[in-house]
Amino acid sequence: MAHDSLYAAPPSAADTEREAGRLAGLRGALGSWDAAIVAALVVAVVLAGLSVPNFATGRNAQFLLLDLVPLALLALPMTLIVITGEIDLSVASMVGLGSTLMGQLWLSSGLSLELICVLVVLLGAAFGAVNGLFVTGFGLPSLAVTIGTLALYRGLSFVVLGDQAVADFPASWTAAAVQTIPGTSIPAAVVPVLLLALVFGVVLHATPAGRALYAMGNNDEAATFAGVSVARTKFWLFVVSGAVCGLAGVFWTLRYASARGDNATGLELTVVTAVLLGGVSIFGGRGGLLGVVAGVLLLGVLRNALQLADVDANALTIVTGTLLIVSVVLPNAVADVRARLHRRRQRAHLTAS
Amino acid sequence: MSPGAPGADSAPLLELDGVTKSFGAVAALRGVHLALHPGEAHALVGENGAGKSTLVKTLAGAHAPDAGRMTLDGRPLQLRGPADARAAGIAVIYQEPTLFPDLSVAENIFMGRQPLRGLRRIDTRAMNRDAERLFERLGVRIDPARPARGLSIADQQLVEIAKALSFDARILVMDEPTAALSGVEVERLFGVARSLCERGAAVLFISHRFDEVFDLCQRITVLRDGAWVSSDRAADLTVDEVVRRMVGREVSSLYPKQDAPLRDTLLEVRGLSRAGVFSDVSFSVRGGEIVALAGLVGAGRSEVARAVFGVDRYDAGEVRVAGRALPPGNPGRAIAAGMALVPEDRRQQGLVMELSVERNATLARRRALSRLGLLLGGAERAEARRWTRRLQVKASRLAAPVATLSGGNQQKVVLAKWLATEPRILIIDEPTRGIDVGTKAEVHRLLSELAGEGLAILMISSELPEVLGMADRVLVMHEGRVVRELPRAEADETSVMYAATGQGAIS
Amino acid sequence: MSLTDTGAPAQAAENPPPGPGRRRGLTERLLAVRELSLLLALGALILVTTLRNDRFLSGQSIKDLLLGCAILVILAVGQTLVIVTRNVDLSVGSILGLVAFATGELFLAAPGTPWPVALLLGVALGAVCGVVNGGLIAVAKVPALVITLGTLYAFRGIDYYWAAGRQINAADMPRSFLRLGNQTVLGVPALFLVALIVVAAVGFYLRSYRSGRELYAIGSEPAAARLSGIPVGRRVFAVFVANGALAGLAGVLYAARFGTLDAAAGTGLELQVVAAAVVGGVAIFGGSAYGAALGAVLLTTIGSSLAVLRIDPFWQQAVVGALILAAIGLDRLLALRMAARLRGRSAHGA
Repeated sequence: MAHDSLYAAPPSAADTEREAGRLAGLRGALGSWDAAIVAALVVAVVLAGLSVPNFATGRNAQFLLLDLVPLALLALPMTLIVITGEIDLSVASMVGLGSTLMGQLWLSSGLSLELICVLVVLLGAAFGAVNGLFVTGFGLPSLAVTIGTLALYRGLSFVVLGDQAVADFPASWTAAAVQTIPGTSIPAAVVPVLLLALVFGVVLHATPAGRALYAMGNNDEAATFAGVSVARTKFWLFVVSGAVCGLAGVFWTLRYASARGDNATGLELTVVTAVLLGGVSIFGGRGGLLGVVAGVLLLGVLRNALQLADVDANALTIVTGTLLIVSVVLPNAVADVRARLHRRRQRAHLTAS
Repeated sequence: MSPGAPGADSAPLLELDGVTKSFGAVAALRGVHLALHPGEAHALVGENGAGKSTLVKTLAGAHAPDAGRMTLDGRPLQLRGPADARAAGIAVIYQEPTLFPDLSVAENIFMGRQPLRGLRRIDTRAMNRDAERLFERLGVRIDPARPARGLSIADQQLVEIAKALSFDARILVMDEPTAALSGVEVERLFGVARSLCERGAAVLFISHRFDEVFDLCQRITVLRDGAWVSSDRAADLTVDEVVRRMVGREVSSLYPKQDAPLRDTLLEVRGLSRAGVFSDVSFSVRGGEIVALAGLVGAGRSEVARAVFGVDRYDAGEVRVAGRALPPGNPGRAIAAGMALVPEDRRQQGLVMELSVERNATLARRRALSRLGLLLGGAERAEARRWTRRLQVKASRLAAPVATLSGGNQQKVVLAKWLATEPRILIIDEPTRGIDVGTKAEVHRLLSELAGEGLAILMISSELPEVLGMADRVLVMHEGRVVRELPRAEADETSVMYAATGQGAIS
Repeated sequence: MSLTDTGAPAQAAENPPPGPGRRRGLTERLLAVRELSLLLALGALILVTTLRNDRFLSGQSIKDLLLGCAILVILAVGQTLVIVTRNVDLSVGSILGLVAFATGELFLAAPGTPWPVALLLGVALGAVCGVVNGGLIAVAKVPALVITLGTLYAFRGIDYYWAAGRQINAADMPRSFLRLGNQTVLGVPALFLVALIVVAAVGFYLRSYRSGRELYAIGSEPAAARLSGIPVGRRVFAVFVANGALAGLAGVLYAARFGTLDAAAGTGLELQVVAAAVVGGVAIFGGSAYGAALGAVLLTTIGSSLAVLRIDPFWQQAVVGALILAAIGLDRLLALRMAARLRGRSAHGA
């Protein structure tokens, strides 16, 4: 699946030939992006373990993984959406809105917490459906739509709870959110995340629907001609994204035992970074779930290690930003250099003959 | 430079020598020679895929040649981009118009060269006036202040021509400019081209219509498979001779449609209409039959095919497959009912370029190939291998991106993709566009074979010999309507062309 | 909201084309309609708010409003340049924050610096950030969205790293500089006058200069722009530098206006900027600097109105989001209608 995990220049019909050459050069240069990112992850873990005190402890591993749960959850549907060539920037706002709705319902509705959790996931799906409707029903660019709903849902989450926080959730629930698997320091919350990742992975890589996602991301017209219902598929992806955000909102609320309007603010940027770092092309059509999972972990390990090394948490955004830029600039720069070398060789060959 | 002279013996204005250009593994131009003389209209002919458009893009500065020399007025010319070509006085009218839909018509014409007034500001009034003058010269009425969005193809083409005129270009390159124009508009365009020639400019004219080539041009260059074949005075050539050079062998051997026994009606289209595109289209295709949909570009043939298949919606009418109505606007259902559409634009509509050969070949079959909802690589590979073998696709690996294949092999992959669905009805749009001569014959043999197996085939083709050689019946479309239905015995070049140009039933 | 009034453009399209020379393009007319409806929306909003509380239209209140929107107007106009070429710059909030803090640092390090020098240095620093954006976009050939998302993080991170938790106060800055932020000229805040100059200059440039029109051409059809010999890469690069410089200008003005600076200045501002441009009609038909500026004024006014109308201020962001959705939905509708009309005209005209 090497061809699924690399970057190329913007696809325009006229440039496809050149791109093919570009891609071929790239594959030779980097091997598979998946392999590169996994290798980078291993190197980062080993280096951090050797040089950063307290990194290689069970307690740190627990917190590292717990912190990554929402990011990993959101990255799953985001991967699929970006592969179809769309984007959902409203995910963090949906997490926030899910969280405050959960708080408000707990505060005033008298419903059981189980029912509230289910409701929040369903409401998340409804928020996602609004995104999907605007994108597929009205044919608007997902970037613009989800920037709009990013503001809308974040605004609504402040409307729901104002600047107060709901924190009196039952201790048994909040403890369950951070509980570890007995005998290990791995949080139990990792298990459902892994199961979900497995489901998304299978759907993406081993079902007809997954094939359709890649096809429409590369060329939605050709996908339509092959009988793919592009609009319907994208609509449901946005719905799924919303539902997963609802789930992440529930986890976030319990994990920090606090429902607040500003929960998960700015997380959408980290999610997009993780997905792109994982080798998914922003143009759609290329990337895989393994790379994204590795990208999420790499991002988490780097941030955690630097935090332990006493780097200011806010300054860590330099790392996120730089990683994002490197992950898109590097493959193209390498491909460019190789293509240039190739052309030069070809020219030399032609003049020699 | 003597105005009006045939220019045959004058020094060439622009000369290309040994120009070579390849894309990846595909050589698009191999050592092409071309000499354009002042005051002369020069035709460039060749089959689709012969390298004409690449040559045009090279002249326009959009492609840099890998090797070879270009000289202008005897001095070496190096084009680093379209701006250089423009500065050298080369104006290009592309096959597909390249307008800015959101800008006004006048701005489209004068982009980058708008008339200025004080403070180097753009003088909009002068610009609109100049545009109006250009349109007057062309004898058309287009509002220079309206946006280009929504212009008909013919009007867009006229704007492109006005743009080229506005340059006072010394070299005018026209890449199939007449495809979408009516007879009157073509005459007008030729008038402009001739007047440019009289002023000492050189014209390079690319067309598939031989009557136009011989009408306008004094010299004809033939390209085949990216290589230069010949350059001769038009007066020394005949249509048959040019065709022979383009094809490289006798034409008659190309179209081997065998008679097949006709079976039941499989596809029936009744009163199909889509506002502004086509109206009241009715026809039927029986098993074992090849029906050709002929007509000029823009007559609505591809649009009918898209609507029948469900890619586009239609306003009225119905489509029946083997007697059962097909729901509109759903290609998935059409595929399930046994219909397949090999679209006109292979790159854009037929293939997902960056996906592998096997993924492409099995894309339309992905549901049928899955087991318990899972689709694993093995099933796809086996299926893809079966069909790529049958069609003799030459690919290094089935896992290679389809973009790395040559045009002809890409075409075969598209065919494989649709034949793999084992359709009862095959709609094929321009079956041999952009592929080499050998593959052409193979495709024709295959179509004939499939008809023999009982498939109903609806073929859209702009190449008359193909239509006449392959079709059992010819439906001719003009401006969105089926104007003529000709059985094989009555179909010939004249009858089809007359109907296609809307000149009714004269023969 | 009168934003949804779509009757006017339809009528405009039905009018018989006026005589040559004096007529304006349909696109231009549609844009004028957009700007007009924004003005109407603004007027209605102010009217409703004033009816509820007549102090809303008092001199001081208007002054506050103009002061409040000046920085957003400058950023929205800069963003217009970028969006017109089919790109987006999400890093403007971070550039503003970085430049604002740098300005404070400059006065800490060299208290005697005259304010025009600080202004020029701030603009230059912003332009340098723009060079980074533009350069990376040229090298990577990926959408500006991704690159500027990255630099949004990176510039902000540099800001935090530099500030290391410190805060700069008004007392650290010279009075002449702070006066720039609050001074009025004939009753109009100087800041707003600066914004007006920026709007006029950019608007004039986009409408009347060849390179300005080329920006629209690039956004309208990038492939055609390349074939027409427009230096697409160079223009896009320049646009990012210009936008960076304007964000730098906004950063200096921010420092002058608020006086108190930490590394978080301007966080999240990029959303409002994009919203202003989108509401101003820049996403479609190209759009104009005037529309974006009006969008920025409208957004700021909504914020103040909510407070006056005693609507929970937490609604403000939700309203911004709803406004973005309404604006792009409306644009879509208008585009479809216009396309239908133009098709009709072409069929008759040719």
